[in-house]
Amino acid sequence: MFGPGESATIIECSANATCTTVHAIFTSVLLFFLLLTGFAYMTLLERRLIAWFQARVGPNRAGPQGLLQPVADGIKLIFKEDITPRGAEKAIFWLAPLIKMVPTIIVVAVVPLGPPIAIPWFDGNWYRVTQGLTDLNIGVLWILGITSIGIYGIVLAGWASNNKYAILGGLRSSAQMISYELSLGLAVVVPVLLTGSMSVGDIIEAQNDPPILGWYVFQNPLAAAILFIALLAEVNRAPFDLPEAEQELTAGYHSEYSGMKFALFYLAEYIGMITVSMVASAFYLGGYHFVFVDRLPLLGPLVYAAKVILLLMGMVWVRATLPRIRYDRLMHFGWKIMLPLAMAAVAWSAIAVFLAEQFGDALTAVFSIAALVLFLGGAQWFLTRAGRGVIDAAPAEVSTVETVSLSSQARSGR
Amino acid sequence: MNVIRGFMTVFKHLFEDKVTVQFPEQQRPVRERYKGRHALKRYDNGLEKCIGCALCAAACPADAIWVEAAENTDEERYSPGERYAKTYEINMLRCIFCGYCEDACPTEAIVLEHEYRLSFSDRRDAIYTKEMLIDPPPPGVPGTPQQTEPGRYTRSIPEQKDPL
Repeated sequence: MFGPGESATIIECSANATCTTVHAIFTSVLLFFLLLTGFAYMTLLERRLIAWFQARVGPNRAGPQGLLQPVADGIKLIFKEDITPRGAEKAIFWLAPLIKMVPTIIVVAVVPLGPPIAIPWFDGNWYRVTQGLTDLNIGVLWILGITSIGIYGIVLAGWASNNKYAILGGLRSSAQMISYELSLGLAVVVPVLLTGSMSVGDIIEAQNDPPILGWYVFQNPLAAAILFIALLAEVNRAPFDLPEAEQELTAGYHSEYSGMKFALFYLAEYIGMITVSMVASAFYLGGYHFVFVDRLPLLGPLVYAAKVILLLMGMVWVRATLPRIRYDRLMHFGWKIMLPLAMAAVAWSAIAVFLAEQFGDALTAVFSIAALVLFLGGAQWFLTRAGRGVIDAAPAEVSTVETVSLSSQARSGR
Repeated sequence: MNVIRGFMTVFKHLFEDKVTVQFPEQQRPVRERYKGRHALKRYDNGLEKCIGCALCAAACPADAIWVEAAENTDEERYSPGERYAKTYEINMLRCIFCGYCEDACPTEAIVLEHEYRLSFSDRRDAIYTKEMLIDPPPPGVPGTPQQTEPGRYTRSIPEQKDPL
């Protein structure tokens, strides 16, 4: 359709110096603006979806259907007074939002948004570029490392605020994030095992084998579930949002922030949601691959955007449904339930890969189906067991209570 | 699985009717005894019911009403009886819409009606004057001041129906 003819030369972009520079600048600026616009409209999407889930209408007054509401919010935040509390560590107080925000934005540098395409340039050649900033061959390691840096922003913000609630919030949040990073790392190991490469582009390509059934969510649904839950905990998102709960900690680590610095925290949280949705759909939902993206590579980003939006709506659905998890239960869940299950998921995939190498690829399909069945059965057992146990145990042992009449008490000489 | 049932319960709300009333386009009707903006009423012959007795100002718990009375003459008659309210102002920022003025009025002149859209952007605009509060005269009837025949309107407070 639209592509180089047989006579045109296709040059790898990584071979040419100007191409790499121009492509890098252009794509980073584009990604930056896409993420910021996505963040703005994500806030609106969340407010309207939560409203619809609660049988009301969200903001629909600022512009048609409320589409200018993020603009109004931005203007309001710019006009707010930027207060630095007395006694706060000024330098760190100012830098902490940046330390949280920058890693959140640069995580998506290694995630390709579409298959490599050939674009024409003014010197008559066609250049093959990746859609997306780059396809690092250790992309998975980049993602894990960079998300860990964001935690520094939170704990430094809490400490630099000179406010005991802020530091408690910061500590809670950082402890929660590092606990769930263990399960996150293990859940991210599974696609690496199944693909044999740490490059995110390779992981996405490997899921195209049967076009939709090859997605890793069907091959190891337990690891997919663990990844989604761990990513919710990484971005401090309901039901794991105790560190910023208004009721418990008066907004936690960002309670002393106002105006534009608060807007940066807000931005980091929502861009984090978008980023982790991109990462989760790259690892388990096949990334930009759908049935026809092979033939029309320019549709890759659209397909990817659709998957990311579905995951974001899922996150909003979870927020509208589940109550906040109490902090000790949150730690119990992360260490004693998620971590062993994540290890079991990794063991399952490791055995699957090993046996498939020995006995052929059909075994992978058998393992996938077995994994799905076990996962659903296990979830059914686990989720229905908790409620029943509590209700049945109570009425059996009721100790006899000795009733003393009031008149006897009065007579006994009070 | 109960968790799935919980999620589906929330999901079903997406397709139910929203309870929001889209305000300027749709408005909820108010109850019959709703206490909104005040109005000074008139009789059917056009004379004002308010006789300037200032019982409403005395009854007001927020001290929101200011009344100055003046003498009626037969050439320039505003209300039946001897007095009328020359100045009648209610400070809407002080008013708490309790309705005590309505209860205290002996001639049922001041009543609280159903209007609730009372915004203003300057504090001085919050003082509602008599011109803003008085009812228009009924159609076809001359307004006040009127010129009346002497000796006809001597009672300030009309004959009340015997409550027994």
